[in-house]
Amino acid sequence: MAQRAMNSVFGKGGDRRWIAASACVALLVVAPVASLAFIAARGSGDLWPHILAYVLPQALRDTAILLAGVGLVVSVLGVGLAWLVTAYDFPGRRAFDWALLLPLAMPTYIVAFAYLDLVHPLGPIQSGLRALLGLSDPRALWFPDVRSMGGCILLLGFVLYPYVYLSTRAMFLMQAGSLLEAARMLGAGRTRMFFRVALPLARPAIAVGVSLALMETLNDIGASEFLGVRTLSVSIYATWINRSNLPGAAQIALAMLAIVVALVLLERWARRRQRYVSQAQRARRAAPLRLTGWRAGLALAAASAPVLIGFLMPAAHIAAEAVKRVRFAGLSPQIGREILTTILVASAATLAAVALGFLVAYAARLSRGALGGGLLRLASLGYAVPGTVLAIGLMTPLFALDNMLADAGAWFGVSMGLVLSGSGAALVYAYVARFLAISAGGVESGLAKLSPSLDHAARALGETAGGAMRRVHLPLIRPALGAAALLVFVDCMKELPATLLLRPLNFETLATHLYGEAARGTYEDGSVAAMCIILVGLIPVMLLARLGRRPSLAWKGAVTPTGDEMARDLLLGDVQPTMATKRGAP
Amino acid sequence: MSQAGELRASGASLELEGVRQTFGATLAVDDVSLRVEPGEIVCLLGHSGCGKTTLLRVVAGLERPGAGRVLLDGREVAGPSRFTPPEQRGVGMMFQDYALFPHLTIVDNVMFGLSRTPAAKAGAIARAALARVGLARYAEDYPHMLSGGEQQRVALARALAPHPGILLMDEPFSNLDQRMRERIRQETSSLLREKGATALVVTHDPQEAMLLADRIALMRAGRIVQAGTAQELYERPNGLFAARFFCDLNEIPATAENGCVVTPLGTFAAPAGVPDGAVTVCVRPQGIAPQEAQAGARGVMLTRRFLGDYEVAQVAVEGLETAVQMRLAPGRGPAPGEATGLHVDPAHVLVFRRDSV
Repeated sequence: MAQRAMNSVFGKGGDRRWIAASACVALLVVAPVASLAFIAARGSGDLWPHILAYVLPQALRDTAILLAGVGLVVSVLGVGLAWLVTAYDFPGRRAFDWALLLPLAMPTYIVAFAYLDLVHPLGPIQSGLRALLGLSDPRALWFPDVRSMGGCILLLGFVLYPYVYLSTRAMFLMQAGSLLEAARMLGAGRTRMFFRVALPLARPAIAVGVSLALMETLNDIGASEFLGVRTLSVSIYATWINRSNLPGAAQIALAMLAIVVALVLLERWARRRQRYVSQAQRARRAAPLRLTGWRAGLALAAASAPVLIGFLMPAAHIAAEAVKRVRFAGLSPQIGREILTTILVASAATLAAVALGFLVAYAARLSRGALGGGLLRLASLGYAVPGTVLAIGLMTPLFALDNMLADAGAWFGVSMGLVLSGSGAALVYAYVARFLAISAGGVESGLAKLSPSLDHAARALGETAGGAMRRVHLPLIRPALGAAALLVFVDCMKELPATLLLRPLNFETLATHLYGEAARGTYEDGSVAAMCIILVGLIPVMLLARLGRRPSLAWKGAVTPTGDEMARDLLLGDVQPTMATKRGAP
Repeated sequence: MSQAGELRASGASLELEGVRQTFGATLAVDDVSLRVEPGEIVCLLGHSGCGKTTLLRVVAGLERPGAGRVLLDGREVAGPSRFTPPEQRGVGMMFQDYALFPHLTIVDNVMFGLSRTPAAKAGAIARAALARVGLARYAEDYPHMLSGGEQQRVALARALAPHPGILLMDEPFSNLDQRMRERIRQETSSLLREKGATALVVTHDPQEAMLLADRIALMRAGRIVQAGTAQELYERPNGLFAARFFCDLNEIPATAENGCVVTPLGTFAAPAGVPDGAVTVCVRPQGIAPQEAQAGARGVMLTRRFLGDYEVAQVAVEGLETAVQMRLAPGRGPAPGEATGLHVDPAHVLVFRRDSV
């Protein structure tokens, strides 16, 4: 009602420019996907039968098995751990609340490289076991090979479960509090509470978390490649790099896009009743059950294992390797250059992503109609598009544009070279398209917590849309904006698949350097780069942990969201704020 | 006291002995003792933050008391060395926000507490409970499809379906609008009496407490200030706090001498237990009536406000700094600006020691 009133009073003239700008941004995000279809339609000539017969079936099968396996592992781990730390109390529970988020700092390709070393027959784990058992021959001990589908599923599962853990835990904490108490008052024990109340209620949150984890799985290139799983991402990369066949790569990418669409639809379907589920319940945390004795020990062990496997062991190994490396050879000037390159590209992309994200989210708030919201969703599509797919889609339009620019340059007698793909501008574009969802989602959820009457007041006092944004909205959502920028920055730093495909010659970021060393079989040499990536990745994890622990963030005069709500909104980008905005609506 | 406690067999008795609960440094419940007879409805009345909801949650078992004992039907369910979890207490609870399970149908919600009953029988009980509150036709609907009043009745049916020994209600009517509240309160009250259920109801509304309860326990800062029937609390409040809670008062500072208090409104007897010295004299607005200008205390009518059944008037009284509030029959009595005499009915006068609150 109020929003419609605002629309009719203020939604004229000036605001239309915001919508137009928002449409341009959405177009930029959608362009690579659209161009994919175009490239694929040109056909890959004689290669297509080969792809159809030998590449696609295997890649599809491997990808499907990997997705199913990772989905299972992250669901069990994420939901189980979330229930463990919310329904029970045991020594160290408070620390585990946030420690369980640590694997978020570990990119999938790094964890794979680390474990190739860790469980190598001559690595610390197997040597230790042999010493324990008194065996001397490395072949005497049978140990499962990590270079397998099973190994890949487990490793990805142990670093990606925090997505499920975070969203589900927030749900258990804020939604189910009084409902769980009601269940207890009606005679339900812990088990019945979990299966009859908590689990069904958390289903939308679980769906969100699992679909995010699966999108990360689809996006992954390093881990699956080095663990010998030929996924679609790996096949796209190989088809382009080894065979220089862009249409072929585009065709595989289209197949992958179909899976992405299926995932998104599945997630929407699982959340279809969320609106009703999230009707305002008074947020009160149900008292956790105190565990003692061997039960407490068991809980402690169950909570430590994922932290150990998903973070502490690989991180410790990489840290040790990095120290060894620096002691032996010192810091090479090359790594300094790479850090600088990485920071430059990531900063440029972050600035652009935050600015454009704000534009899109604010336009959606101004219009309040279906149009602005639709554009916002469209502009946030990139989070679902795997890096390889995005890169393949970007290549053709960029090359075409570069050639046009070069021709134009030649006309004027200037040799321009390849301006876009040669300068890293293509990378920035790809990062923005992929991570715009994070900044737009962060801004949107920040804005959603500001009452529309603030807009009314500012506009009634004579401010324009832009003026209201500058003087009212920007200052109020600065924390959300800062957090979104941080998340985008870190994601850009870690990005591997799109960077591999789009980087100019002799252009190395920390991630591509690490990938190069790993491809040569010398991961130890990449350990310093890996350490840098992990350390930077820890920053947003610590931010999440801090937000999660505080009961609420006091915002001057605004509604106070709970820390969990904020953290979740920020991390999960576009997917979650709908809950906040829909709450209380009939 | 419950007039017919012995006749109602289904309700359990509740006894609190020296219950104390702290949250960090704040004392939420401070040494509370209270007995609720089987079939009795007792209201915990107080301002928000007085500890009444915490006390309710202690009885429910959702919180473990820091000290003291809780007994249900003579069985200790919480004490220094014993704590029965809520799911084993046989206590029903209605939450302020109803806490209906949004993913279950109405009938499944009501059946939730009947898990030890065979499904067919549980279904029949649940449907009968829904029929009793007039919601049988919504059995297959989901909570969000119901209005606030209907949700409230589902919550009541759900809480009562497993036949709890005692029903706890946390502000059960606060989420309803004014007109609906009257009706639902009436229905709830008659359902509770029909079932013979023992009930402990938390509310901040004195009128609601008076309508609903056999006995009221007035709470303040974690303690029970006074417990008794509505009439006892209204007519014989044991302090200024209790007196103020149930009525707007004209408060006049005065001094008691030889058991007598002289005020500009008249001379009143100090009740037994109020020694000579500084006192506060409280006069209810309905205890003041106009009479001919020469008799009694003398005042001048300032304003009159029409409120339907009566008018509220402000009167300046000779010798008093602040205006006195009184009630008038609509359209009768002196007009603003006119002088009037005032008659005070001693039944509406309460005298407390000044330092008591």
